[in-house]
Amino acid sequence: MQTIIYILPELFLSLTIMFLLMAGVFIKKSFKLVNLCTIASLAFAIVLVLNQADEITKIFNDSYIIDRLSIYMKILTLLFCIFVLLSSKDYLKINKIDKMEYPIIVLASTLGMIIMISSYDLIVFYLGLELQSLCLYILASFKRNEDRSTEAGLKYFVLSALASGLLLYGCSLIYGFTGSTNFEIISNKLDPSNTGAVFGIVFIIVGLAFKISAVPFHMWTPDVYEGSPTSVTSFFALVPKIAALTVFIRFMYVPFVNVFNQWQTIVIFISIASMILGAVAAIGQNNIKRLMAYSSIGHMGYALAGLATGTNSGIQSTIIYLIIYLVMNLGAFGCIFMMKRENTFFENINDLSGLSKNHPILSLSFLIILFSLAGIPPLAGFFAKFYIFMSVIESGMYTLAIIGLVTTVVSAFYYLRIIKIIYFDKPKKPFEQSYDWGLKVSMILSSILILIYFMYPSILIDIVSSVVIY
Amino acid sequence: MSEIGLGHYLTLAAIIFTIGITGIFLNRKNVIIILMSIELILLAVNINLVSFSIYLQNLVGQVFAMFILTVAAAEAAVGLAIIVIYYKNKGSIDVERISSLKG
Repeated sequence: MQTIIYILPELFLSLTIMFLLMAGVFIKKSFKLVNLCTIASLAFAIVLVLNQADEITKIFNDSYIIDRLSIYMKILTLLFCIFVLLSSKDYLKINKIDKMEYPIIVLASTLGMIIMISSYDLIVFYLGLELQSLCLYILASFKRNEDRSTEAGLKYFVLSALASGLLLYGCSLIYGFTGSTNFEIISNKLDPSNTGAVFGIVFIIVGLAFKISAVPFHMWTPDVYEGSPTSVTSFFALVPKIAALTVFIRFMYVPFVNVFNQWQTIVIFISIASMILGAVAAIGQNNIKRLMAYSSIGHMGYALAGLATGTNSGIQSTIIYLIIYLVMNLGAFGCIFMMKRENTFFENINDLSGLSKNHPILSLSFLIILFSLAGIPPLAGFFAKFYIFMSVIESGMYTLAIIGLVTTVVSAFYYLRIIKIIYFDKPKKPFEQSYDWGLKVSMILSSILILIYFMYPSILIDIVSSVVIY
Repeated sequence: MSEIGLGHYLTLAAIIFTIGITGIFLNRKNVIIILMSIELILLAVNINLVSFSIYLQNLVGQVFAMFILTVAAAEAAVGLAIIVIYYKNKGSIDVERISSLKG
């Protein structure tokens, strides 16, 4: 019974899901109520997570871990889930997908992510992963009377199920050659001279790379981002990335830590390929959601560069990068949500032309966010890249750092192109100004955080530097 | 005649796994076949786990296999549901025609 208090957030969320499902069935037109309850329960779950003990605890036969990393990542997941739900309310209503299932499925996938983040055993990890991805398949095809949304759902389902299959095959090999599914026992028994085990590691890395949409397993990202409803795209771009990256960190530095030399080259390759593709492929895009997909591929490349160092400072720089990436993308999707006129949402970059004449404030925050995504000082995005390159150079991987810097410059081109369209092209008809307060809050918050980060960088660094993996 | 051992089971699983993967990539006709291929991949993993479990005298593998069976059922249900709504919109589930999102 003692262990129950350690999984209170998970228990609370799963009970809320069941309760809300029942409430949604019996109360008619219950989207508003269910949405509100979902946001409130996510906020309460944050309180429960914050209450957890500040020491490393392993429960259920060491298959579930509560440590600094898992607590921080859980808080991030829940927090950004709240912001995504808040900022997408208008979009759901106008597109007539404001069904009560939507927040419940979001909640269920968040539960899956939280289980993934805390997992310390292959079985628990797999179950969390599947709970998350089954919900994401449904979300991607949530606008079920639209061609593009269902196609996005179908593509995501096929490719993601394939990735899960590969990952699972890797898990079975690792289990067979170490005799356990527990991360710590695997870490002790994993033998790099065993071909079967190395195959298992490769399969698991492939599966994980798919989940964070790193090259060469990124094919689904642009299609799914473009096809799904924008509210779902913003969820995809923010929340699952946290869980997937945490699991990546956990896998590389707990079970696979003794085979560092084997996986380091793979991660470096994935990182370089993602940075290059993210920079080059986004240049010709006209759809802003598709552009954000390539941009997120590139950003995941930088985050992986920090992971490839194999030092604690590298991991910490990855976590800082992730946090800043989340804040920037929240703002960027806030801007995309604001591109609406007469109940239609626009997704084309050309629709932004001359935005600054009619919407000076929206254009200003767009400017801040895009400059930050491009990594221009003194905005937060610059510091994120700075920490990554610092730790990469410290561990002597100069090629990785140089390629990273070059791709940063290349990717700045397409961010600056949007800014040019906003500020110097001919103005079009103005967008509507009636924004939801949740959208406004998340937008303003993200712009301000990006803008003032350079004044107090130590706050974030102090928090993150307490995360020590090994 | 050699006795059937762990190696044989692993080879069988590897062959089924490869059939599943090739089934996904070579198939140009029907999405349902992709669903079947995914199922094959998961079953190959199950063979792996169960044979390892017997070889290692360790029950964890069989427990894992039970979980995978359950999840595979849920995954097939969600997949079929997505295929049904896709069919309602497009009137066909040809793999070659799933290409309205490109770029």
